[in-house]
Amino acid sequence: MDLSLIIMQLFSGIALGAVLVITALGLTIVFGMLGVVNFAHGALFMIGAYAGLYLASLTGSFWWGLLLAPVLVGAFGMLIEFVLVRRLYGRSIDDPLLLTFGLSYILVEGVRIVFGSDGIPFPTPSQLIGVVDLGVGFFPKYRLFVIALVAVVLLLLWLMLEKTRVGLIVRAGARDPQIMRVLGVDIGKVWLAIFGLGVGLAALGGVLAGPMRSVNPEMGTLVLAEAFVVTVIGGLGSIVGAVVAGLMVGICISMVALFAPEMATIVMFALMAAVLLVRPQGLFGLKGRA
Amino acid sequence: MPTPKCAAFTWDRVKAMAETALLELDRVQAWYGASHVLHGITLRVNEGEVVALVGRNGAGKTTTLRAVMGLIPKAEGRVRFAGRDLLPLPAHRRFHLGLAYVPEERRIVPGLSVRENLRLGLVAAKAEIDERAAFAEIAETFPRLRERLDQEGVTLSGGEQQMLAIARALIARPRMVLLDEPSEGIMPVLVEEMGVLFRRLRDQGKTLLLVEQNVEWALRLADRAVIIDQGEVVHESSAAALLADKDIQDRYCAV
Repeated sequence: MDLSLIIMQLFSGIALGAVLVITALGLTIVFGMLGVVNFAHGALFMIGAYAGLYLASLTGSFWWGLLLAPVLVGAFGMLIEFVLVRRLYGRSIDDPLLLTFGLSYILVEGVRIVFGSDGIPFPTPSQLIGVVDLGVGFFPKYRLFVIALVAVVLLLLWLMLEKTRVGLIVRAGARDPQIMRVLGVDIGKVWLAIFGLGVGLAALGGVLAGPMRSVNPEMGTLVLAEAFVVTVIGGLGSIVGAVVAGLMVGICISMVALFAPEMATIVMFALMAAVLLVRPQGLFGLKGRA
Repeated sequence: MPTPKCAAFTWDRVKAMAETALLELDRVQAWYGASHVLHGITLRVNEGEVVALVGRNGAGKTTTLRAVMGLIPKAEGRVRFAGRDLLPLPAHRRFHLGLAYVPEERRIVPGLSVRENLRLGLVAAKAEIDERAAFAEIAETFPRLRERLDQEGVTLSGGEQQMLAIARALIARPRMVLLDEPSEGIMPVLVEEMGVLFRRLRDQGKTLLLVEQNVEWALRLADRAVIIDQGEVVHESSAAALLADKDIQDRYCAV
């Protein structure tokens, strides 16, 4: 087995990891700020893929789908928070978990009824078909694009969180919502926006994953498991953790797929177990953080 | 009593100020779950006044402040601030009326620098407050904080954290500040410094409601004193009168 193959597989792992990072980030932000374990996150990832596909065929352009699907599905997420999740704040963590678990079934069945149970191919946008010569080998253009786009989104998120007024409110609100209310912040609006952002990120992950895997009503199930593993490895609620762990898991799966394909699906769980043995709070988790 | 510094402080003005209630509680009751904590608190704080709210541990002092700030799930009666009914308003709206609160636990947000913790006091403030000017003012008032702006807030000493919590409450220039045991667990030098600060705030016309266990210290700072016991107001007088009345102090404030 030659080195270039390994390097190409490494790139594949990063592309896979990039989608995982974006998806897990949505999950971890919502958990870190609202204390809500969103079991519908995978279903919303799937909705994102369908929305992207549908909007792309409606407008005739992948780019509109990529842009609009996260926004519209994010708005749908805000509706979910406003109508359903909001009522369960302050109650046991199981309540929103069960609610979103039920919601995920409704969403999956709903998509089955509307679009059918069969997978639908998600065409790669024409500008991104083909490969790029990376010197060591040829790599699909689309996957390079996914890596670049995720990097840009992460940069924007980081700037928003660290450099803006809204980011300061979000960071402080995650630690102490009550003091934010005393300081004049309508924290309910912040939670609404955060839930929308989390769901929007799931949808973005879904659209990006579309051309790389097939689009079907069950596509969110595995993604949800992967996103949970990433969140646990990185540390619940930790944004840096989600990024590092997402890339780690992506690369691990790709590498193991190369050497021992039958092990590829369980390697992430082994990784999670190993990390938890050494650091129970995850790589970047803080002890005692909500 | 500080001597009036400018002509604006005429006797009429002082009298007018003394007669305008900025904060009025009328038979306020409050519950924590099933336990009935306040049984009808009636008190007023006039504009420009410093009122000390004292009483034993568990008398309901903190609950009174939290009810004014909107942090108690179940409160009844009437709370008026600057002519507005507070109880129907959500907590965050009360900030915008000019009410600030320094909680007992200080609540410095972990993970944020001193500067960011201060900025939290301004994130919801009206746009007309110039952030730079507000920061300059705070830096002048709190020289200890100025030297530590980039340090994480929770790594400050207890007294410095208390100063930070007070600074965060003051930075948006509130009309009234509610303070819950600011002197608790702080070294005497800083308590002294805090006393000087409160006198200065009073001279600037700020209204303060000060909950304290350090009764003598609070009474020396305050104009008036209110004692609550078992969720009810049991005594009201000038601070000087209560300071002189050891009997009442012993009856209601002894630990």
